Amino acid sequence: MAEKLIGADIAPPDLHAKITGRAKFAEDFRAPGMVFAKLLLSPMPHARVRSMDTSRALAMPGVIGILTADDVPAREGPREACLTNEPKYEGEPVLAVAAVDEETAAAAIEEIEIDFEPLPFVVDPLESLRPSGPNAYTEGNQFSGEDGWSQLKWTAADFALIDAGRMPNPTAPIEWTKGDPEAAFAESSLVLEEVIVHQSLTHHPMEPRSNMAYWENGRLFAFVSTQSTQQTKFALAGALDMDPEDITLVAEFCGGGFGSKISGSTVMQIPALFSRKIGRPVMLRITRYEENYVGRARPGFQSWLKMGFLPNGKCNAIDLILVEDGGPYGSGDNGTAGMTADLTYTPRNMRFRAASMYTNTPPKAAQRGPGGAQIIAMMEPILDKAARELGMDRLEIRRINAPGPDVTFGPRDTTLTSVHAREALDQGAQMFDWAGKQALSGQRNGSKVTGLGIGLSPYTAGSRGRDGLMLIRPDGRLYVHQGIGNLGTHSIADTARPAAELLGLDWDDVTIVWGDSSKGMPRSTVQAGSQTTHAHTRANHAAGMDALRKVRQIAAATLGGAASAYSVDGGRVRGPGGSMTFAQVAQRAIAMGGEYDGHVLPEDIHAQTVPAAQMLAGQGLMGVARDNYGGEGSIYSWVAGFAMIELDHDTGVVDIKEFVGVTDCGTVLHPRSLGAQVLGGCIQGIGMAMTQRWVFDPQWGVPFANRLYTARPPGFLDIPLNARWGAVGIADPTSPVGAKGIGEPPVGAGAAALACAVADAMGGVCLCRTPLTPDIILAELEGRVAAHGRLDQHVG
Amino acid sequence: MGQEETVGVSEHSFTRRTFIKGVIATGATTSSAGYLFRGSSLLGAATYQTATERLITLTVNGQARRVDVLPHETLAMTLRYKLGLTGTKLGCDRAECGACTVLIDGVNQYGCSMLTHQVRGRSVTTIEGLENPDTGELSVVQKAVMEEGGFQCAFCAPGFIMSMEALIAENPNPTREEAAHALSGNLCRCADYHKILNCAMRAAELARAV
Repeated sequence: MAEKLIGADIAPPDLHAKITGRAKFAEDFRAPGMVFAKLLLSPMPHARVRSMDTSRALAMPGVIGILTADDVPAREGPREACLTNEPKYEGEPVLAVAAVDEETAAAAIEEIEIDFEPLPFVVDPLESLRPSGPNAYTEGNQFSGEDGWSQLKWTAADFALIDAGRMPNPTAPIEWTKGDPEAAFAESSLVLEEVIVHQSLTHHPMEPRSNMAYWENGRLFAFVSTQSTQQTKFALAGALDMDPEDITLVAEFCGGGFGSKISGSTVMQIPALFSRKIGRPVMLRITRYEENYVGRARPGFQSWLKMGFLPNGKCNAIDLILVEDGGPYGSGDNGTAGMTADLTYTPRNMRFRAASMYTNTPPKAAQRGPGGAQIIAMMEPILDKAARELGMDRLEIRRINAPGPDVTFGPRDTTLTSVHAREALDQGAQMFDWAGKQALSGQRNGSKVTGLGIGLSPYTAGSRGRDGLMLIRPDGRLYVHQGIGNLGTHSIADTARPAAELLGLDWDDVTIVWGDSSKGMPRSTVQAGSQTTHAHTRANHAAGMDALRKVRQIAAATLGGAASAYSVDGGRVRGPGGSMTFAQVAQRAIAMGGEYDGHVLPEDIHAQTVPAAQMLAGQGLMGVARDNYGGEGSIYSWVAGFAMIELDHDTGVVDIKEFVGVTDCGTVLHPRSLGAQVLGGCIQGIGMAMTQRWVFDPQWGVPFANRLYTARPPGFLDIPLNARWGAVGIADPTSPVGAKGIGEPPVGAGAAALACAVADAMGGVCLCRTPLTPDIILAELEGRVAAHGRLDQHVG
Repeated sequence: MGQEETVGVSEHSFTRRTFIKGVIATGATTSSAGYLFRGSSLLGAATYQTATERLITLTVNGQARRVDVLPHETLAMTLRYKLGLTGTKLGCDRAECGACTVLIDGVNQYGCSMLTHQVRGRSVTTIEGLENPDTGELSVVQKAVMEEGGFQCAFCAPGFIMSMEALIAENPNPTREEAAHALSGNLCRCADYHKILNCAMRAAELARAV
């Protein structure tokens, strides 16, 4: 019997390369004649180039050329070009210089003189809503494709309420209501009204978005740092307005993205365009300092929340207003935030209003658990507050409010394929000993006070309808072609397991083909939104079934008997007429042609898969299929996080003593990797809520926290060394494999558990703001007047 | 390492200040250009008047390597762009993340924060130098990482592995806390710390068994 693969700890096949220095990330590629590009970044948050003098730079020995906004595709409205003459945040790339080495390019940048005309700017989104507040664009602060630019300003009456610390009643571009919130609030026995601020923060993957490109005979070879691969090729083709099949995109390894490199990056256009202009390969190495600006950030929220509760702790009404920091090019995290609030607390009566405001701050993008992580980190401490006021256990109030399988949520009454949030809570509570630890809550040891917290966090975890593509070659091995990216989730390997199991193969008989579009990639998901595990276990299952059918048919045609009487195991197919090796089957498939070796393809596969499959036709037995398994409802995974901390009341420093994370993400594919996702995601959430920080100078609009040491992700000294994880492990019934994604939900769970534990260690005082840095905590503990307004963003 | 000023070893104590002074003395700017890569001799002679010898011999992974090095060039840049050793990663250029960690005479150091001239006459080991060059056998640390399925994106992996090598050489029987402390100069943005620590503990176990 071939080994069982689903649920086994098998290291990914690229690990050897990763730990010997052989793994090539984008900046590790070299090409003959390669030159180095350096960017000139805007020194102002909003400006217009009046004139520039590049003569001295271009006259320098070693300088090859210059690429300006005039050389790159312009973008209309609030859309981002890779270079611009009207930068809309400090650090936006204005031009690039190429030289024989990086230092010469940097020296040339220093020799360029630009006359910038400073323009009005805004770094705090709420300021742009004030009646006479500034706008991020000269044209306005709202944009729609139909109506173009407009101005959204809230009334003086709204701001009178806001400035008094009350909830305003503003008009908002995004608004939905379900049930009857006003009537429900009237019936509530407890109504909490809160003002909550969640910061923006930079993604900061370990690998900055460096990339290299060159052209040969009209063909673009791009070496890109990207989360996805197949989809990035199409994104780059779209940005450059060229035929995708004229691009060879290489992205074998990606040093993290967390949403900031979903289909590559805007700066990946620069080497491609520059190389075309100067006829040399161009390397654009992005430094950490530059990454801070061009590397994307999670949008922060300023919000007003009203939550009503019945005597038993059931939330029966929510009124939520979010102002989102959209950055210069927009962001839509607010939509998910509203959906997540409705899903997690199931109020049945909810009003949601949101405005995403353009600001002159680094561009925003999805960051792991976009919208969901922020709202969970903001709302879970409020749930704790309700539990305290109602005299309830904080685990129990989450169990009461968590959705069951019949949940409908959001403005369109979305349903779920499966939900086991309560099971995750219960399993986590048991592992953590929530009940036993209650006595520790608030216990003081010298200046240190113990706090306990729980964070329950959902997120989307799948999608349907992608393609799978694989070959059994005449060497008898299965080659699974993966168009998804390789950013450390191990999904390039793990999502191939269902196909290998269907075909009765040991893992050693499987080769994963990835990271290079010239090798043939099926239409895949973008590697984002925790879709991949779900979508591509299904797609590879479908293609594996197609391969299995063909193996049996070939055996029956060759050896006699019915195809259904043949079974596979250990690289052989056996039946009434005898047995064949997969190597023999592959040779027969090539001889038989037609659908067997991919010369005839299924009609329902995506158009993007066809060229890839055609490229591989005739090389073996082809398994190729679209995921037609269907299924009703959205796919969501959950993580319940439990934290115990000690808060030093003398210093404001938080020490995390224990952490447990338990997930409901369906069938467990790869336990060790799943544990890394659960705990790693929770720690990222802890960083989001505590250690990282955005600070802007409001007068000049420039960021101060623009390196790792000023906005530091958690390191070994910030985390508990004994963190544990678990999985509910109940299969999702709508997938043949049963696995759901896991990337997103742990972030909110980690952040919320931490925020709740800090509030607990402060006697139930919720600061209602992130990050929970020692200075902010200490100011509250000492009863000092805060140096910042309650709704201020980016404070230092 | 971490927040301390010292980025050197006891015998050859190069502080960050010394590093910056060294860069200033050679006429480069410390603000931006110091960590960049100059690959050609094109401007070097004209711009940087210096008596420092340029063509030097380094001992890297047990081999003597002749290389043309500018006075202010960092070791990470020399390794990556002149010696083709791209396993050493640049995550921050400024001693914040540890992705560029290499061993200098067996001690883990940030390659981005050492001048290449500082390692003349010393033994440099990079991630590429850990395997047995004849048999391809992995080091015990690498074996431990394979066993434990270590790392997610692994951009930080070469740096962490070099710090693990230094850890088990100095303390072959660390506690989990000691190991975490020894590795705290390296950042993992995937926050796969739990698994990385398991790798370090397993590496120590394997090293003790040798």
